[in-house]
Amino acid sequence: MTTIRPQSDDGWGAARPRHDAHVLVIGGGGTGGALAHDLALRGLRVTLVERGELTSGTTGRHHGLLHSGARYAVNDRESAVECIEENAVLRRICPGSFEENDGLFVAVTEQDLEYLEPLLEGCAACGIPTQVLAPAEALALEPNLNPGLKVAVRVPDATVDAMRMPLRFFATACRNGARVYPFVEVTGLLVHDGAVGGAQVHDLVTGAEGGVGADVVVNAAGPWSGRIASMADIEVPIRPSPGVLLALRGRLCDMVVNRLHRSGDGDIVLPTRGLSVVGTSSWVVDDPDDLDVPEEHVRRMLEEGRKLIPAVEQAEPRAAWSAARPLIGSRTADTGRELSRTFKTFDHAEEDGVEGFVTITGGKGTTLRAMAELCADVVCRKLGLDEPCRTRDTVLLPHTAYYAA
Amino acid sequence: MKSRRLRVFRFKRDGRGERFHEFDVPVGPTTTVLDALLWIKRHRDRSLAFRHSCLHASCGTCGVQLNGREVLACVTPLGERGGAATIEPLANLPVLTDLVVDQAELYARFYDVRPLVRSSERGAADAFTRYEDCLECGLCLSACPIAGSSDAYVGPAALAQAQRLLEEPRGAEQEEVLDWADRPDAAWRCHAAFECTQVCPGGVDPAARIMALRGALLRRGRGRARAPA
Repeated sequence: MTTIRPQSDDGWGAARPRHDAHVLVIGGGGTGGALAHDLALRGLRVTLVERGELTSGTTGRHHGLLHSGARYAVNDRESAVECIEENAVLRRICPGSFEENDGLFVAVTEQDLEYLEPLLEGCAACGIPTQVLAPAEALALEPNLNPGLKVAVRVPDATVDAMRMPLRFFATACRNGARVYPFVEVTGLLVHDGAVGGAQVHDLVTGAEGGVGADVVVNAAGPWSGRIASMADIEVPIRPSPGVLLALRGRLCDMVVNRLHRSGDGDIVLPTRGLSVVGTSSWVVDDPDDLDVPEEHVRRMLEEGRKLIPAVEQAEPRAAWSAARPLIGSRTADTGRELSRTFKTFDHAEEDGVEGFVTITGGKGTTLRAMAELCADVVCRKLGLDEPCRTRDTVLLPHTAYYAA
Repeated sequence: MKSRRLRVFRFKRDGRGERFHEFDVPVGPTTTVLDALLWIKRHRDRSLAFRHSCLHASCGTCGVQLNGREVLACVTPLGERGGAATIEPLANLPVLTDLVVDQAELYARFYDVRPLVRSSERGAADAFTRYEDCLECGLCLSACPIAGSSDAYVGPAALAQAQRLLEEPRGAEQEEVLDWADRPDAAWRCHAAFECTQVCPGGVDPAARIMALRGALLRRGRGRARAPA
């Protein structure tokens, strides 16, 4: 069936799939990993290919925020509800993967205070618990906050290791028989008679090229999903929307510190290990491989970040980088801020008359499991399989189990 | 823009063995080793394989040797001056392809599946948590001269983790951790070269932790095993 290299037993692992149907997942980010896990639990044969290391595209580069949904509660309630629901599910199925220190939305100007009521109302409407803190209470929790803060709102944000939490989905998928191949690049889709029947791949480990047949091919390539879809002459409305992030040496806070105002540049400071990360900006590009780190964006991160935590200004920079969000939107979007953070599955049989091909995109790290559930439902419906989703209550293996697979 | 020549280690599982390929890469003052590798992949050779994920020295996936020194490619400037720079995979781990090593061999050395989250040292007001500093990058293992001469040696990362478990047990049985460390191929194999601490990008200071671990073993007073003289 395939020329790509065999894994440990050249087969489907100890857990033999209950169904013959074979799904090829393109893309080894959080979405692809969660989808491989979901489909493997439903008893399907799953092969996943990723052109580089797992999580090397967008997933691993994200700031490591497990959203409470509060950031979206005012303007994008669909996303906010998705976030708070998945926030609880992920804490349950990935124990030990989060720094569960909550988050603060901090008002530092009089104008910021105008956002307080809309935020509290939005959170209440979306089921996101909040606690309003006086400046002294917030400073007791986070002494490095801007001492001139007006008010703070505590929400159930958390931080996550952007690579290792998703790796737990891959680890569990492999244990359940999924075959995961990093360093295998898709170079074309196999299209016959209006149906996608697999992909042409280049294995960077062996140098071999060949085909992988599949009953359904899922395009989970994030900001690269437009490029994959174009291999079947299909256009998907993806806008790669990069943002700049800045890592500083030293841990300036334990909680996630957000600016209490509309989503904007440099509105978040959060800890990861011994670093503090300031994010982020937003623009749109055509080619997600063409990401620069504009110096003026880095300066803006520092200027805005120090309004939340003044020590940002003196901290030694460790790294500045860009990551491309895979937002769903029209070509008229110009900054990406106006685009929803929700996700969508495109069944290209319905949308474009091409069978055997599905794209899952949009969304964010926090909603990876829900994205996979939605997509796996579509895949199973296409294959005529009545298999319920089991990922809400399946506790995932530790990330190290991926390497022991 | 200036240009630097890179000599990049290549290995595909195609029977043709190991070799170096040379590329001339445009460099600026902030160009990192990873930027240069990404440029080669995008503009010169799509088949070049290397690991990266977070791009800010947090995930530990992009470790390589730059002119024989272990670095994280994502935060190491290449420099605008100098002759050819040689990029090789980490040592003391099997090479899967090109610059990619098999991390499984690193994790296999650990005492246990490591606990990622621990107590924050800042958490006086609340029971805050934080991640361990160790990035699981393997730079220390690559740099360790003893690991280079003995496959059985568990190496600095695993020993540093054991010492962390003594400092903050998080459910680990202290006596079992000490028993694990009290072996010729564990705490007593280290020759205190301190190369691990020099290359550690996470500030773990493995050498100091190994010395602390030995102190704990001596205080325990059993000394069941010692390295051969």
